[in-house]
Amino acid sequence: MLMSLAWNSLKSRKKSVILTFLSLVISISVLLSVEHIRLQAKESFNRTISDVDLIVGAPSGQLNLLLYSVFRMGSPTNNINFESYKVLKNNPHVEWAIPLSLGDSHHGFRVLGTNDQYFTHFKYGNKTALTFSHGEPFQSVFEAVIGADVAKQLNYKVGDEVVIAHGTGSTSFTHHDDSPFTISGVLNPTGTPVDKTVHVSLQAIEAIHLHPLHPTGQVKEHLAEEELIPDSVTAIMLGLKSKFAIFKLQREVNNNKNDKLMAILPGVALNELWQMMGTIENLLRIISILILISSLFGLSTMLLASMQQRQNEIAVLRVLGAGPHVIFSLVLIEALILVVLAIIAATGMISVTIGLLSDWLAAQFGLFLSANLLQVEVIQVYVVIVIASIVTSALPAYDAYKSALHSTLSAR
Amino acid sequence: MNSDTTRIVEKTAIHVENVLHQYRNGDDNGMFIAEWRVDRGQQIFLHGESGSGKTTLLNLLAGVLTPDKGEIQILGKPFSTLKAHTRDKFRADHIGVVFQQFNLIPYLSVLKNIQLANHFSSTHLNNVEDLATDYLQKLNLPPNILFQPANAISIGQQQRVAIARALINQPELLLVDEPTSALDVAAKDAFMAILTEICQEAGTTLVFVSHDMHLKQFFPTSVEITELVSTKENQLC
Ligand SMILES: Nc1ncnc2c1ncn2[C@@H]1O[C@H](COP(=O)(O)OP(=O)(O)OP(=O)(O)O)[C@@H](O)[C@H]1O
Ligand SMILES: [Mg+2]
Repeated sequence: MLMSLAWNSLKSRKKSVILTFLSLVISISVLLSVEHIRLQAKESFNRTISDVDLIVGAPSGQLNLLLYSVFRMGSPTNNINFESYKVLKNNPHVEWAIPLSLGDSHHGFRVLGTNDQYFTHFKYGNKTALTFSHGEPFQSVFEAVIGADVAKQLNYKVGDEVVIAHGTGSTSFTHHDDSPFTISGVLNPTGTPVDKTVHVSLQAIEAIHLHPLHPTGQVKEHLAEEELIPDSVTAIMLGLKSKFAIFKLQREVNNNKNDKLMAILPGVALNELWQMMGTIENLLRIISILILISSLFGLSTMLLASMQQRQNEIAVLRVLGAGPHVIFSLVLIEALILVVLAIIAATGMISVTIGLLSDWLAAQFGLFLSANLLQVEVIQVYVVIVIASIVTSALPAYDAYKSALHSTLSAR
Repeated sequence: MNSDTTRIVEKTAIHVENVLHQYRNGDDNGMFIAEWRVDRGQQIFLHGESGSGKTTLLNLLAGVLTPDKGEIQILGKPFSTLKAHTRDKFRADHIGVVFQQFNLIPYLSVLKNIQLANHFSSTHLNNVEDLATDYLQKLNLPPNILFQPANAISIGQQQRVAIARALINQPELLLVDEPTSALDVAAKDAFMAILTEICQEAGTTLVFVSHDMHLKQFFPTSVEITELVSTKENQLC
């Protein structure tokens, strides 16, 4: 009964109620998106790489190496000698080593040169290995394995012939119309940058670079595979036999004399990334909390302003036997109805928006956001919003309580 | 002796004793009533000029205001000294009230307004709608009025709906403040006849406030408020 009373009362004050509602929806949306994106970004970044003990590359910042080699973001790092890869691969502590050669792109998707080790040892999420939805790893120089998003967006399937050319732009003028690369496999979706990557062999990268001005079709015909030995790679991912050797090997790599190398621990680098983001994160949170508070004050103002015209209504309820506490709850319920509806609307809106923008966010920022907002942390935010709105509407509710105490039969 | 007092208590609907009330912000000397007793089933016409304190007295009887001194007993209960929430509950269960103006919650339908009265009382009827239709018919209101918003019907209709609402829980005591202000003479007479008849049938004690002396004829007992009230100063002298 009280619910329906509150609902009807809100309906009777449509205009101010709708405005207040919209302001609540907007502020709650801001707060929820900030929280959601924060959490999802963290999760999305953290799940990108798993089970890799060390990443070795040319000396630069550890963040830069991490961003470039794992997220394909940031500025390119220098290459390291292919010889260093061979040495590290044969290091007694090393169980496996994945060479990575970056720098090219295909229709806006990064091209990654690597070898078969990538498909057996690269892990993401919770130590999940890559799996194929169709086909198999590349066997020869002119075969490519594409990520799920590449297949979906470019509409490629196993057996298709594609052009892969030098350069990182999506349009490249140095390629020939011939289509020398055949797609040998398509990977299952991972929700990581892998989905947006074209994987080819290291030799293929050499082939693309070897005769940038010559048609690649000729390269295919005239070059034997032995002539395509790469002389450098961008980075190497290492899996060690024992975790205890990580720091020892890191030191060894950093002190290497033959090639300028740097080894980083992905976990430590990710942590640094979050620490850096922490300040911005907190700033965003503070701003969104302030926006929420201001719209809650708006809610409370709206309720307070309505009290004047509701004196008679309160007197009627009083005389029907409703105690002042009933009047208090009535006002509180009105506030809660608005806030809960605003939460639902904001959640729906964000889910739909993320659903629509997820491809763009992934392509642009490497962010893989889930459209499902209902995680523990976000639910905690819901609880905080509800509590905050109870606190702020306690003022108009108390005002109503007081006027209920003093309301009389006389019309005023 | 003992059984005598019980009988008197049982017979008494309202007992006002040495009640003093003064509005906090009021600059007058307040209202003092030495003693006033109304028997159960009695129908009282309470009149007096404007500003003489009729509404104030009804507020006290309804327990919306409490006396600064003295005690008001309603149906044998020390009504005015009950705890606030017990008094609210008691009012919901035993007292029907009709205001001078603004009786209904404007954005609710007539039926919802009447249901609300039942909601706050402990008599949870399951045939509120039937009863309401019944009362509305007796009060000469069209049945389709039940589902109209309260602010979409005329003031005169609102006053009659307010009566129906006040009666829905079959209260022992009905307090009515000037409900006929918006009715023409013919409608007034019909209304009064029906109201007194309904109260007669149910044995409801009725305190009816008006300054319209024309209505006096419908009541066996009439009381001029100045007969009850003496100002504080008079009392002190
Ligand atoms: N809420 C209030 N606060 C202060 N003074 C009040 C209040 N209500 C009424 N009064 C004063 O109490 C006195 C009695 O008022 P009351 O409303 O009881 O008169 P009434 O007999 O019902 O008049 P009417 O016939 O016009 O309805 C008046 O002098 C009025 O100014
Ligand atoms: Mg009055």
